[in-house]
Amino acid sequence: MKQFRGQTLSWELQNGIIELSLHRAPCNEIGSLTLEELEKFVLALDDLNHESHALIIHSVMKPGFCAGADLRELYGWFQQHGRAEVVKNARPYLERIHGVMNAIDAAPLTTIAAVHGVTFGGGFELALTCDLIIADKMARFCFPELRLGLIPGYGGIPRLKRDLGNAVVRDLLLTGRSFNTTKAHQIGLVSQVVGEGEALRAARAMATQLAKFDRITAATAKRFIKPVLHEELRREIDLFCELLTRPEVEAGLKKFVESTDAQPYLP
Amino acid sequence: METVEKTLDEILDLAATHFKVPRSKLSPDDDFFKTLGIDSLQTLDLLTKLENHFRVELPDYELQGVTDFRTLAGKIQARL
Repeated sequence: MKQFRGQTLSWELQNGIIELSLHRAPCNEIGSLTLEELEKFVLALDDLNHESHALIIHSVMKPGFCAGADLRELYGWFQQHGRAEVVKNARPYLERIHGVMNAIDAAPLTTIAAVHGVTFGGGFELALTCDLIIADKMARFCFPELRLGLIPGYGGIPRLKRDLGNAVVRDLLLTGRSFNTTKAHQIGLVSQVVGEGEALRAARAMATQLAKFDRITAATAKRFIKPVLHEELRREIDLFCELLTRPEVEAGLKKFVESTDAQPYLP
Repeated sequence: METVEKTLDEILDLAATHFKVPRSKLSPDDDFFKTLGIDSLQTLDLLTKLENHFRVELPDYELQGVTDFRTLAGKIQARL
């Protein structure tokens, strides 16, 4: 399938470049429907890989790249089914998410996240699966999960640790603070900083350049320098599921969902 | 070295331009959430604009509870 138009995302292959566009209002929160469509994309990627050399992931939503997991949906599950049921279903759900993230992480083509605005939680984790991040100067990155009594659950900690080291993970995770593109560039998270609204254009220019390289060589280099950390990723799922059993999580979700605070993202 | 008054002026200019509010309608002691009518995502935008303009890092938790331009200017001044 060379193109697809879903309810939360779309993709299109053109001139060897796949563009995956996120377009779920308000800010591409990843819920069950997004997950289903991401799974469709990953399945299609098996075929698209043979005809492409680059993948660009970007958002068409004004507030940002992706605000992370759909917390309203998660809170709704707690309300409807109770904690025991949510905990029971969490592991298979997380395994599906990890399946998607791992497939993008290890895809045999060069992947670029073109980000702007809010790049939080699961959205940050999605960007971290990509080989390169191009960010416009208004992007912000954050792992706010501790406010909910959780840790990031989509593979963010192992990937950030792999790419940048433990000190950065501790700073982001333990303070829950967000930081901007300038800082992200200084610490090596972001490959290129561009003007407001220019991330996709810069990603397309980069993807065009990548076409000059032999695909097999690029894929071989990527396999060598970017291992998928299966053991740590499994451990992350275990820890996430362990924390999910605590009543603090439901209380944190309730506080977030019902908040009228102008800064509800703050821990 | 910028004075806190100059910092405050620059914040008011920046907020007026970014949120398209007449500068004359903004006062140092205004509650900027109300005056600018901004939501949580726009608050993040403002934070990024301020960091980029003043070339400082403003941890979110330091701004928790800050609602007026004057206090905001003090927080920024402390990092210049």
